[in-house]
This record gives sequence, C-alpha cells and structure tokens, in this order.
Amino acid sequence: MAHSYMRPVLLIALLVALIALPSVAQASGYNAVTSLATRVLIYGIAAASLNFVLGYGGMVSFGHAAFFGIGGYVVGILYQHFALEEPLLGLIPGTNQMLITLPAALLVSGILAAAIGALSLRTGGVQFIMITLALAQMLFFLFVSLKTYGGDDGLIIRRTNELPGLNMRDKHTIYYVCLAVTVAFFALLYRLVHSRFAQILVGLRQSERRMAAIGLSPYRYKLVAFIISGMGCGLAGALMANFLRYASPDMLHWTKSGEFMVMVILGGVGTLFGPFIGAAVFIVLESLLASWTEHWQLGLGLILLLVVLYTQGGVQAVFSRLPGRR
Amino acid sequence: MSAVAEKAPEQAAATPSLAVRGLVKSFGGLIASDHIDLTVRPGEIHALIGPNGAGKTTLISQLMGELTPDAGTIEVEGQSIDALSTASRVERGLARTFQITCLLPDYTVRDNVAVAVQVRQGHSFRFWKPVAKDEALRRQAETYLAATGLAERADELVANLSHGEQKQLELAVALATEPRLLLLDEPMAGLGHAESLQMIEMLRGLKNQVSMLLVEHDMDAVFALADRISVLVYGRIIASGTVDEIRDDPDVRTAYLGEGDAGC
Amino acid sequence: MTLFIEQMLNGLQFGVTLFLLAAGLTLIFGIMGVINLAHGSIYMVGAYAGTVVATQTGSFWLGIPAALAAAALVGAAMEFLVIRRLYQRDHLDQVLATFSLILIFNQVITLIFGRQPLFVATPEFLSGSIEVLPGLLYPAYRLAIIVVGLAVALGLYLLINKTRIGMLVRAGSTNRDMVRALGVDVRLLYTVVFGLGALLAGLAGFMAGPILAVQVGMGEQILITTFVVVVVGGVGSIRGAFFASLLLGVIDTALRAYLPGLLRQIMVGPEADALGAGISSMGIYLLMAIVLLIRPKGLFIPKS
Repeated sequence: MAHSYMRPVLLIALLVALIALPSVAQASGYNAVTSLATRVLIYGIAAASLNFVLGYGGMVSFGHAAFFGIGGYVVGILYQHFALEEPLLGLIPGTNQMLITLPAALLVSGILAAAIGALSLRTGGVQFIMITLALAQMLFFLFVSLKTYGGDDGLIIRRTNELPGLNMRDKHTIYYVCLAVTVAFFALLYRLVHSRFAQILVGLRQSERRMAAIGLSPYRYKLVAFIISGMGCGLAGALMANFLRYASPDMLHWTKSGEFMVMVILGGVGTLFGPFIGAAVFIVLESLLASWTEHWQLGLGLILLLVVLYTQGGVQAVFSRLPGRR
Repeated sequence: MSAVAEKAPEQAAATPSLAVRGLVKSFGGLIASDHIDLTVRPGEIHALIGPNGAGKTTLISQLMGELTPDAGTIEVEGQSIDALSTASRVERGLARTFQITCLLPDYTVRDNVAVAVQVRQGHSFRFWKPVAKDEALRRQAETYLAATGLAERADELVANLSHGEQKQLELAVALATEPRLLLLDEPMAGLGHAESLQMIEMLRGLKNQVSMLLVEHDMDAVFALADRISVLVYGRIIASGTVDEIRDDPDVRTAYLGEGDAGC
Repeated sequence: MTLFIEQMLNGLQFGVTLFLLAAGLTLIFGIMGVINLAHGSIYMVGAYAGTVVATQTGSFWLGIPAALAAAALVGAAMEFLVIRRLYQRDHLDQVLATFSLILIFNQVITLIFGRQPLFVATPEFLSGSIEVLPGLLYPAYRLAIIVVGLAVALGLYLLINKTRIGMLVRAGSTNRDMVRALGVDVRLLYTVVFGLGALLAGLAGFMAGPILAVQVGMGEQILITTFVVVVVGGVGSIRGAFFASLLLGVIDTALRAYLPGLLRQIMVGPEADALGAGISSMGIYLLMAIVLLIRPKGLFIPKS
C-alpha cells in the first residue's frame, strides 16, 4: 500500500512537531498550548491502553478510570509519606522520585487490574460492562472515605516528582518527560499489537468459540490483556498526578471511564494512533466548548450521540475502514 | 500418521479412538441425546446420519466440551475426557469443523490457519516479536492450505471466500491442530457437486491418518467414505453397523433413508 | 430491637426503589438486548417533573401523573430517537450512545432548574408516623413507598405470568428470535417494554423526592447500584431483580447503620465514621464479587 513508506516519514514529522511545540507555543504567546498538549499525551496513553482491550480484545470495560486513579494515588500517597517522613504502614518509605513512583504505579495498577479482571472476565457481554463499572465505582467510594489521603478533597502533591538532572518545576520539562514516556509507550504498544499475543487477542474478539475449538483457553489471554491495559492506564494516571500535582477521587469517577471510551471512539476503535487522535479531539473540544459555556457537556453529548448513531453504522464503520480488518 | 494408522485396519479390538457411553442431554423438555452409545475405531470413518433435529450437532458440541452432558461418559483413546475443557480436549487430539462456518472474518485465510498452528505450538504469550515476520509459522500454515486446495487464496480475507472455500478452510483449520480424531459437522452441506467430490477426495486422503466422526446428510458422500454408520433419530442411536448392514436395515429405511433420498 | 426493625424497614424501602429501576433495566436488556445507561436519567426526569408540579400546584398527588407522564414521554422519545437505532448495534455503541444521553439530560436539567437541589414536602396525609409494632413508630411515607413497591412487584408478577403480553415478554427475554418467528410485532413489544420500564423509573424518581434531594446526578448514583442488583439477580430475570433488590437494599442500609458504630469500638470517632461510610458503600459491590465467584450468571439464573 502507498502509505507503507509514508508512515515513517509522517511519524518523524509528527515527532519533530511535538518536540518543537513548547518553543513555538512560547514564541507565539500561546503558552497554554503546552499544557494542553501534555494532557493530550497523557490521556492518549490512557485511551490507547483502554483500546487494547476494547478495540483489539473486544472487551468493553467501563471501569478503566480505576486504574488511572490508582496510578495517580500511588504518586500522591508516596509523596505524602515522603513529605511527612513516616513510612506507609510503617514499612514502605515514601518517595518523590519518579523513577520509583512510575514503576510503583505500574505495579499497583497491574495488581488491581488482575483482581478486577479475574472477577469480571468470569462473565461477558453486558455483565462485563456493568461489573467493571461497579467495581471501579467501589474504589471511588473507598478513596472518598479515606480521610488520611484527603477523602473527597483529594491529595495535593506540593512538588512534581524528581528526575535526576532535570528541573521538574519547569512546565516544558514535564512536557518533554511525558513526551518521552509516550514515545516509549507507543513503541512498546506497536510491538505488542503485532505480536503473537495480539494475534490471539484479535482472534478472540472475532470469535471466542472458534478460538476455543482450536484449543485455546480464552480466560487467561483476556486476563493478561486486561492487566497490560490496566497498567497503561495506571501509568497515565501517575503522569497526570505529576502534571496536576494533585490526585483526587475524580480521577476514578465513572465519568472518567466514559471519557476514555469516548476518546477511543472519536479516534477509531482498534487502531494504533486512533486513541491519541481521539484524546486530542476530546481535549480540544472540551477546552473550546468550555470556553463558550459552562454547559459544554451538552455539546459533547450531542456530538458523541451523532458520531455513534450516524457515522455510517457507528463505530463498526470505523472498523471497516481499517485495512486488514472488517 | 504414526502408530494408530499401522495397527488400525486389522485390530478392531484396539483401544477405540472414541467411546461414548450412556450420553444424555436435554434442553427443557427436549431430549437431544438419549443414552447415546457410540464407538469410533482407530483410523475409521464413522458416519453419523439422521434427520434434521436428531441431535447430531449437539452430540459434537458435547464431545468437544462446548456443552456439558447431563449424564454419560466420553473416552478418547481409553481415557476419560469428561472433566476436560474444550482446550484440553483439543490437546488430546480432538478437533471439529462447524456446520455453519465459524471462522475469523477479519483475518486472511492464512492467518486463520496460522492462529491454529500458533495455539498448537503453545507459544502465544509472546509480546515482542512481530507475528507477521514469523516465516516458520507462515510456511506451516501454508502446508495445510495446500492440503485443502486453498494455497492460491492464502491472502484473501475470509469474508471474500465462497461458501465452498469456507468449508475447505474449516477443514484446514481443524487439521492445523494436528488432530487424531476429527469431528466433521456436515462438511458437504451447501457445496456444489464438484466441490462435494473434491471434499470427498480430501477426506479420503486423510483416512488412516485420522479417525473421523462424519455427520453428513449427503448419502453419496457417506457411502463413499464411511467404514461404519450409526443412525441417530430423536437423540437415540437406532442402528449401528457397516455400510451394507445399515443400507439393508428395514428400521433405518423407514425412519430415515426413504425420506433422506427423496428430499435433500 | 425496634431500632433494628426500623433499619430493616429502611432497607426494604430502599430495596423496592431499586426494584422499580432494576425491573425495567433487566427487562430492557433481556428482551431488547440493549444496555441503557440513561435509565437513571428517566428516574431523574420523573423526580423533577413530579416535584416541580407538586410544589407549583401545592398538591403532592398531582405530582404523580406529572412524573409518570414526563417519564413516559421522555422514555418514548428516547426509544424512538435513539434506542431503536441501537437494537442491532454492539454493546459498545449502546454504552456510548446512552452515555451521551446522560450528559445531555444532566445539562438540560441544569439549564432549566439550575444546580440547586429541589425539595418537596411529604403530603399531609402521609406526613405522620404509624405505629407498626408496639413502640415502633415508622414514617407513613416510607411505609407507603414499601407498599407501592410491593404492589408494583405483584402487578408485574401477574402481568408477566398471566397475560399475553407477559407471555411474550417471558419468551422474548429467553429467546428473542422465537418471538419474531411467532409473528408478533416486535417493535411494538419493544416500545411497550421500554415504556413500562420508563414509567417504573419515573415513579421511583418521584417517590424518592421527599426522602432524597432532587438534583442532577441522582440518576447515575442509583443506576450503578441498580446494575449491581441486575448482575446479582441475573440479567433478564425479574424474579432475580426483585430478590436481589431487597437483599441489597437491606444489606446496604444495615452496613451504613451499624458499621461505623462497630468501627468506633476500635478507632477514633471521625475516622471510624469516614471509613465505616466508605466500607459500607463498598459492601454491595463486595457482595456482587462474591456472587460472581460462585454464580457468574447471577443468583436467579438456573445453571445451564
């Protein structure tokens, strides 16, 4: 196909543009664009992670905010114990080092995803949607009630995590850190979706019955995919907590799960770049609409409804336009 | 290919490939399997015939572990598989084809087979190496496509295949699991005359390599291929024997053959 | 002891409210195969319409037809404009379309009524308390909710088991294609079921008015609890929805009432209250998790 050699060129052009973005934004006086772009990168990671189970695996999870939120809280909680100089549960010392907090967020969100996935994957279809939603909401209630960690008000992280040799108080530095993480994440995801594992996962989306008939036990493959996906969202949450210097129950609210799904849909289900595009569209749309009216969600709702109902058979049409898939 | 084939023809007393005893399955008031006893000897093609709704597909689904029987036992090569999942049964050498084809529509013909090869190899928790560049996997998949006459169509999407080609692919995918006992659910259904002949030839070529339970309505195919035949009517096996015995059985004639010859 | 019985009655009252929502939700899913997140929005619409009419006219009773009519109207419009297009779609499209409906409803309600919660007084006739047991006074209004909820449950039972529509509903929830094969106007059946679900949700919303604040977002909160009910009871099962509603209503209420007190035995007051509130709001979800481990399809779906 024609774009087979275009793609690397486009990718490099995109990367150059992303690297140049903060300087250009500063020079032209639109400093806010850098923050906007940082959020797009972070939400792009979250949406792409959700897309891995949703688009590739056909598992409609409505609870991915749980992993996003827990990633944020790992950063927040570790920071609080670092600031107060008292170890978590008397054992684990707090820290403000990003090289520790990000892996910790990955670990914890992975464990949480293993637990939620193990339960919810015992069912399928509509139950799966309801259960992922309900279990995530349960976590929301837990953090609302944890007064030690701010309860309703959330946790303020006074300073962004440190990285050796970098000035993390600079917004541009944070942007570049997020960009680096995004590029690394994207490279991993690229390998992942072309791997043997993904071949199985996409097969399961198409027909679980067929996959069982050739000797596959679906459950463990779906569970591993769910864990990988949850870890991606946890990573995004950890970055977001660093960027906002704040972790709150809002990060795990069910509407956040809905937003991730919206991003995936807007960009294109089951595509590699789609979720990033969707995240960009969503964030820009949100900022634009919100600058007009406080009722911006009305506009978002209408747009979403039209996209789902009328884009030539809705989401399935997006599927059909992909090369190599129906 | 192996030991089974060598000892199969002369040793009827050898451990059967498949032994079903007292299998019962009902859905509400409807009895789909009524104390079914059935044996498939090593290397033979055992045809299972009967009118629509007799419970043939339900039987295959139970053999594969997709449905759980209410009672009865199933043994494969002398070992009970009752407690095994579908996946473990495939590991024990069972494979099935679907009457209404059940393929992966978004994949190419080659990928449909390659996935089956990959699952058999068991190396699917691999997250890094691109599967598309796995030459060994491709080549293996292509041998099964060649064996089923689909080599030319390897890069086609399943959605673009004709019905006959989809049936061939069903067989190719099943063979890619390297089965020792193949459960064929109406492989000729919906095929044209030429396609049927081709399918018969393919199955004949597999004889003595794989034991087969052949569910089929096409009596020409059944008489051409089968070593033995069992007749299933309303969930019960009403007769079982060699081709000639069944052809001459008066009960079978009234219950099934007369009607089968006339209609479909 | 009287306190305990009072809490049980509170749980029962919460349970029947859940049932009014869960019955519609489980039927809509069982029969039409649609997961409708906006079911909670109909509940909210019923609550607003009924409350506004009741406060404007000063008559609580006029609120009832207003709530039912608004819910039915909104439900019919929703079915006609959106849900109807979703029958053949996959769950993802359904979730997203009905999620967008939630956003739209919430904003429209905010635009019309603002963010301040509305309150409605209980009607005079039901404002007192009734001595249900010697020494146990219980608010008449809450008792009325329980009575209405149980009456609706009985009505549904009769409707589903004794009428032709009910037969179709039963057949439809287990085998959709069969109903079509019987030559039934499936579209009409869908509309009837959806309308019924909307009415029940509107009724639940209005009845909740005097107990809870009527505000934007009230629908989603109860919707998620209703999902738990549907999962525990078994998707598509009205009977399951009924028993699971009562069970979860009672358990949830009991946890909220007693857990903080138990925790206060081992912790300091405010922390115990906060943690108790947190854990008790998690209680029903934990129960759902346990049910899933034992019966993944729900308590009232026979094992196949």
